[in-house]
Amino acid sequence: MRFLVLAAMLLAPGAAARGEPPPGASSCSGCHALRPEVVTAVPRLHGRSAAELASQMQAFKTGQRPSTVMGRIAKGFSEAEAQAIAEWYAAVK
Amino acid sequence: MARLGFNRRHFLASLGAVSVAHIGAPARAQAAPRVVVIGGGFAGATAARAIKGTDPRIGVSLVESNRTFTACPFSNLVIGGLRALPAQQFGYDKISASGIDIVFATATGVDVAARRVALEDGTSLGYDRLIVAPGIDIRWDGLPGYTEAVAAKMPHAWKAGEQTLLLRRQLEALEDGGVVVMSVPANPFRCPPGPYERASLIAHYLKTRKPKSKILILDAKDSFSKQRLFQEAWKQLYPDHLEWVALSNGGRVTSIDARTQTFITEFGEYKAAVANVIPPQKAGGAAALAGAVDQTGWCPIDPVTFESKRSPNVHVVGDATIAGGMPKSAFSANAQAKVCAAAVVDLLAGRAPAQPKLINTCYSLVAPDYGISIAGVYGPVNGVLTDVPGAGGVSPIEAPRAEREQEALFAEGWFNTITAEVFG
Repeated sequence: MRFLVLAAMLLAPGAAARGEPPPGASSCSGCHALRPEVVTAVPRLHGRSAAELASQMQAFKTGQRPSTVMGRIAKGFSEAEAQAIAEWYAAVK
Repeated sequence: MARLGFNRRHFLASLGAVSVAHIGAPARAQAAPRVVVIGGGFAGATAARAIKGTDPRIGVSLVESNRTFTACPFSNLVIGGLRALPAQQFGYDKISASGIDIVFATATGVDVAARRVALEDGTSLGYDRLIVAPGIDIRWDGLPGYTEAVAAKMPHAWKAGEQTLLLRRQLEALEDGGVVVMSVPANPFRCPPGPYERASLIAHYLKTRKPKSKILILDAKDSFSKQRLFQEAWKQLYPDHLEWVALSNGGRVTSIDARTQTFITEFGEYKAAVANVIPPQKAGGAAALAGAVDQTGWCPIDPVTFESKRSPNVHVVGDATIAGGMPKSAFSANAQAKVCAAAVVDLLAGRAPAQPKLINTCYSLVAPDYGISIAGVYGPVNGVLTDVPGAGGVSPIEAPRAEREQEALFAEGWFNTITAEVFG
């Protein structure tokens, strides 16, 4: 949690500057582990580039990248919302 | 001993809060804010950690009756003989080490006006904001003949722990050919797909170990979560071992005869060799103490802050809430708690909380290597948490078996991830 807050502080003004994740972002860590010791087949998000994360969200949304649940979830976010989440996770070390 | 120390410090701190409060509101505002969380499950423990992690200056106390938490998700695997109960159990040491004061006690009252939580030992905790995360309680007046004493013989196993093991032991002792009967209540209840996952994993056990036995589901509903997926899988996997009786076919159980272990419906009687009664439920008791429960038995909340619509400065998260489209799941509880925590931090700092968006994802296992899921994305619309149109839904029907295997793997990854975030 602490490194999430630090990461968020590096970002642009607004909610993120106050140490808060953008809308929807805090839900992701229910499935996408932040801790290295967790054994899971679900890919990690943090530390990957914002461009990669945002383009994957878009690919899930269109179905270009096949998925189990991510297509259903990506459809709930606009491109701008997905971009904000991507930037936030990219900044988490 | 260390625990006693924590309690004593709490007590002194709360005495301090009383004297400050008597001096006047401005002095109170300048002191480090205090948050009390009642309930250390997926919702409460998440909220406590998220607040402390966001603003370490906030004093956070977590009030919890049990020293060990036993998780409900995946506990159906224990009932099916596929997992040991200790894999479901978590302690509070890591949460305590993160700077949260864990108070192992039962809350006995909430003075909403004075902002104090009374504990069973006569001490109390002052707060600026209270978060109530009590989970569910069984409505012992909800099904005639089903009492707490009867549950020791006909388990509900809807709160994981000893009840889970009791049902497991009864299945192990079942003679091949004996009938297992499960009753399912009307909505809403904790974990909407849970009864059907449990029935599936019991059928899996019967098919492999007691092949002449079967499980009968008596349902107070005509439809249920992930229904087409479950029914598709049952047809393939358990055609001889599982039968579902819908409301319109006389499935609604109206009373229980504990002496003969019989489920009574409007149209017939079903005697069980093993009985699993999933009874009607309501918000956990602490919600009522805080005045947060309405006539439905659940807690109406503001969808941005999760503040109670009935009690000021009291927030409710998890299964106890009326959360619009969001189901009563561990994933929802965790997601709600993080949104609530951010809102509480904002409110304590005098800022307006941002409009949130939340996700839910629930996996069910129909067999150990056969997973299905439901997902949703939610946001506040006209004061209600509402499904974002076009998003969410269930796994596809007639998907290749490899996809079911993949979802079973993701289910396990989800359990490991969420329990590490909350308790690790």
